[in-house]
Amino acid sequence: MSHLSERPEKPVVGVSMPHESAFQHVTGTALYTDDLIHRTKDVLHAYPVQVMKAHGRITRLNTEPALDVPGVVRVLTGADVPGVNDAGMKHDEPLFPDEVMFHGHAVAWVLGETLEAARLGAAAVEVELDEQPALITLQDAMAAESYHGARPLMETGDIDAGFADSAHVFTGEFQFAGQEHFYLETHASLAQVDENGQIFIQSSTQHPSETQEIVSHVLGVPAHEVTVQCLRMGGGFGGKEMQPHGFAAVAALGAKLTGRPVRFRLNRTQDLTMSGKRHGFHASWKIGFDADGRIQALDATLTADGGWSLDLSEPVLARALCHIDNTYWIPNARVAGRIAKTNTVSNTAFRGFGGPQGMLVIEDILGRVAPQLGLDPMELRERNFYQPGQGQTTPYGQPVTQAERISTVWREVQDNGGIADRKREIAAFNAAHPHTKRALAITGIKFGISFNLTAFNQGGALVLIYKDGSVLINHGGTEMGQGLHTKMIQVAATTLGIPAHKVRLAPTRTDKVPNTSATAASSGADLNGGAIKNACEQLRGRLLQVAASRLGVNASDVRIVEGVARALGSDKELAWDELVHTAYFQRVQLSAAGFYRTEGLHWDVKTFRGTPFKYFAYGAAATEVEVDGFTGAYRIRRVDIVHDVGESLSPMIDIGQVEGGFVQGAGWLTLEDLRWDTSDGPHRGRLQTQAASTYKLPSFSEMPEEFNVTLLENATEEGAVYGSKAVGEPPLMLAFSVREALRQAAAAFGPSGVSVDLASPATPEAVYWAIQEAREGAADQVRTDVAALSGA
Amino acid sequence: MTEARITVNGKETPISPAAPHATVLDFLRERGLTGTKEGCAEGECGACSVLVARPGVNKPTDWVAVNACLVPAAALDGQEVITSEGLATVGEDGTPPALHPVQEEMAVRGGSQCGYCTPGFVCSMAAEYYRPDRCAHADPADGAEAHADAEHGPNGFDLHALSGNLCRCTGYRPIRDAAFAVGEPTDEDPLAQRREQAPPAPVATEYARDDSTFLRKDTLAETLRVLRERPDAVVVAGSTDYGVEVNIRSRREGCVVAIDRLPELRELRVESDHIEIGAALTLTEIERRLDGQVPLLAELFPQFASRLIRNGATLGGNLGTGSPIGDSPPVLLALEASLVLVDADGEREVPLAEYFTGYRQSVRRPGELIRAVRIPLPLSPVTAFHKIAKRRFDDISSVAVAFALDIEDGIVRTARIGLGGVAATPIRALATEAALEGRPWSAETVEAAARVLRGEGTPMEDHRASSLYRSAMLGQSLKKLHAQTTEAVSS
Repeated sequence: MSHLSERPEKPVVGVSMPHESAFQHVTGTALYTDDLIHRTKDVLHAYPVQVMKAHGRITRLNTEPALDVPGVVRVLTGADVPGVNDAGMKHDEPLFPDEVMFHGHAVAWVLGETLEAARLGAAAVEVELDEQPALITLQDAMAAESYHGARPLMETGDIDAGFADSAHVFTGEFQFAGQEHFYLETHASLAQVDENGQIFIQSSTQHPSETQEIVSHVLGVPAHEVTVQCLRMGGGFGGKEMQPHGFAAVAALGAKLTGRPVRFRLNRTQDLTMSGKRHGFHASWKIGFDADGRIQALDATLTADGGWSLDLSEPVLARALCHIDNTYWIPNARVAGRIAKTNTVSNTAFRGFGGPQGMLVIEDILGRVAPQLGLDPMELRERNFYQPGQGQTTPYGQPVTQAERISTVWREVQDNGGIADRKREIAAFNAAHPHTKRALAITGIKFGISFNLTAFNQGGALVLIYKDGSVLINHGGTEMGQGLHTKMIQVAATTLGIPAHKVRLAPTRTDKVPNTSATAASSGADLNGGAIKNACEQLRGRLLQVAASRLGVNASDVRIVEGVARALGSDKELAWDELVHTAYFQRVQLSAAGFYRTEGLHWDVKTFRGTPFKYFAYGAAATEVEVDGFTGAYRIRRVDIVHDVGESLSPMIDIGQVEGGFVQGAGWLTLEDLRWDTSDGPHRGRLQTQAASTYKLPSFSEMPEEFNVTLLENATEEGAVYGSKAVGEPPLMLAFSVREALRQAAAAFGPSGVSVDLASPATPEAVYWAIQEAREGAADQVRTDVAALSGA
Repeated sequence: MTEARITVNGKETPISPAAPHATVLDFLRERGLTGTKEGCAEGECGACSVLVARPGVNKPTDWVAVNACLVPAAALDGQEVITSEGLATVGEDGTPPALHPVQEEMAVRGGSQCGYCTPGFVCSMAAEYYRPDRCAHADPADGAEAHADAEHGPNGFDLHALSGNLCRCTGYRPIRDAAFAVGEPTDEDPLAQRREQAPPAPVATEYARDDSTFLRKDTLAETLRVLRERPDAVVVAGSTDYGVEVNIRSRREGCVVAIDRLPELRELRVESDHIEIGAALTLTEIERRLDGQVPLLAELFPQFASRLIRNGATLGGNLGTGSPIGDSPPVLLALEASLVLVDADGEREVPLAEYFTGYRQSVRRPGELIRAVRIPLPLSPVTAFHKIAKRRFDDISSVAVAFALDIEDGIVRTARIGLGGVAATPIRALATEAALEGRPWSAETVEAAARVLRGEGTPMEDHRASSLYRSAMLGQSLKKLHAQTTEAVSS
């Protein structure tokens, strides 16, 4: 067992405990960024001037009428920027643009004494535009060959030979929608000018260091003049990894220019129309199988809808390519990627970060072709799993470690879910019900953990012990509901050997831990936990020396357990508070900075090869659905999941991540429906689903009626803190089982052996059309056979 | 300039300097009660849910959860509000407050992750916790358990109470567990005790700031006089539509008149030949007081928006806005309802089928109010409401179809079919009715009538559904009804 993964006696990690802020959550006393304005004096409100056209050059921007509105204090425009007018890291994202690049693009911001005044001021600003043609859909962009950024190519083996060896070859296309984050708390910041002109920004951000970096370049000041704090977020899901920076910079600029606190909070309409989303993708593919249904070759091109600026599209695309294999060995592959440039919001990180998109492509292929191969979809999937001990690598050249877990979770979820019996029950039900069909599908996941870009895989922490024995920890990660802070308290308490209540966690601040990575890529606990453990080990080492001299033994013979230091084989003991007090008077340093870097990673972005991931997280889900043949409406009857979180740091938190990720994934694949105006009318490019009333999130009615989540046992991960694994993103992809179950239920309305295409999201309407397709199955079958032949 | 006051968590609080259009949410947050959150500002997410003391159905007072983002603060003049902060019992001498039972269950079961939606969930859950008839059929004395299924807990908790609350983090399972775990209020519980006392009386309000006024009169007669004098006045009841306009489309009105507490608009009477339902009764009040007497309405209510909305929304409002996609008109058309309209000159009764004249237009004259809805008796025995939407809880219909059929000896004697979402107004499917009446209730009749039904109206194409799907669903709804009446089909 590695030093990193080994747990001491009576660890606090592994104990099931509620979220560290649960008490404040339920009593309404937990503070979020925008709650602070009611505790701050003389706050100005910032309101965006959105231009409601999809594309055009600004020919005139007249801010004068806004200043005539009572209560308007100032209008911020590009002319006010002392530093670099850019909200991103790629210099393609002007904070105050002179070209409107998407419908609702903010071109100026109005500061008002009240929100109402700022709103009326924004409405009074006059913008004239030289309208340009706009590319709204992926098809528009692909037809116009409008691309930006990298064009990666991932190759392994020899695909020509692979196709030559294939008994069955299929080709197809698949386009699927993106997803709005819909964190309940919209983007918000509050900026204040501090002592000596420094800027202090409270922001709802997953990446305080990058918020700081962009604010500093916009203001043209060094980073040490800007401090960013994030108390907590009301949800992030990737939507606050990159997107908050420009907004925070607007607030900071306003504060700098007026000397007053400036607040902005996007209302829901603004948040939906201005902020980026999960990338929708287009995939074209050709796949070959041998006579037994084993994949021989895959040739695919993935096109991500990047929106108007690059943002995080390149790493999202890279992760999509790196996950097209999912749990399946593809000996010969050529997968190309490209990023469409469209006149829509700049798509960005979203839980899974391209991984879900890559994996959805292969799961869709397998679901579509299984009937044509004459195989049960479960059987087809199982036949193609990576096998342990055979030296199989991913298409980007990384060995697949713990490949046996793919089959283990697959088997366990079948046992837990009584799958064999239920398949029989479903067959009997379907035979007896002409208008209602049920189906059960199992899908698995393999998700690579670490940032693809090696440099981001570092974390920092600052741990302070006060002389009364209380402990305050800071780390670079942010809390967005995922329970990171709860886990970090547990890690600190475990390393120091004290009860969790002795440890308090301070809000994330850039002046405590510098140069942090985004709380993203599921890496929060791995990186920051490693850093906290490191800091606490330094402190424990010093305290053990103090205890040793007091107890009259060698330091290596002292253990601190549950807040008491004891010498091995002796009944002498020293309580934590007294130990700390003693250390202080012996002038022992009671603070430590911790650091962690993930070992063993390398990635060559040019050849698209390497070992970008420290390990893989595995899981499997079995979902049963019931579909109404009259309407396509459906219910999720039961879900069983077995998921690999290593040795859990905090089981209740981890199960919450698994369940929440699953339902969010199910939302993406079935319900959540981003629709833009693609007509040539006056509102071309407008997001039509720009409210909670039109963009529907899963509610209680989408929750599985029976929902059983089990964490894989005996699953210690050697390469991560206290044997745990990352959990934030992977479970989202377990929701593929919902989509595949819906496909199979739709197919059950037609003759057996029919391949069913299912649109994504699989709304009731989409399922209805899939049912109709299945009912007309025979005719369709001929078409796909022709496609298969021409492919071969 | 007059003042309006709300008793918040037991403390009487003036609402000034809030503007007359300012919502309860704005008012609470301005007072530092920031537990109440804005998630969507249109009554969809429930992050702003708070409890309001209202006239009760089974006790003098009910604690009713409403969306604070939709209700104007001035509309709660003289009323009592409890927020998430007020549910916890304040500790004495600096001790931490004791959690309310629903807060406790939410906290220990992992019901909160990011916590932003949590105060709203807590309030919606508390309202259901205090519903007097929640455990009525779970009397432990006779060993009977409440009917429990995926939507009803063994403690009588109806999950529909949370249908207007969205959580993006948890996937809902732990919230459901918390809801199904809460017990009974104790005798010492002050909010339980409060139910036994009369609710706060409505208070005549004239809250004016700048050039805008919020008005509430004591009587119908006074209200009608105001409406005659102020043709620009906007009438609100639950504000579930007006509130969205204020927040999302920045609607600002010079004069808003509240009618939701007028006694003349809040009666429910079952007569020998009709049922009269006051236009300002909330849908929740109608649902609880009718208690299944009109099966078609009973089928409608759980599908009509969310509990939070139904706690404010009224039939008068749903008909008064004249929306073609409101869910009550198709049902009331199928029930052959009529409306009692009243103005300062008197009353008249108009069949609902003749009420709508165009997109959001009706025969209702300026200064005229809908006082009541009349549903003739006896009711047709075969009824169904089919709502086609993306989401089962709290969604807007793509199309809605309501059926009321009288089938005798296998022959369709009468057929009344109301449609929503297929035209500029809710309509009756007259051609389909004709294609059914006098014919046997058979697959052949249904197949032919379904073809007719598919052609009724002119369904539109939008982000909710394609026109092709909408048309198809019209026909399918009739076939589904036929299957439901002739086979044992799970719906």
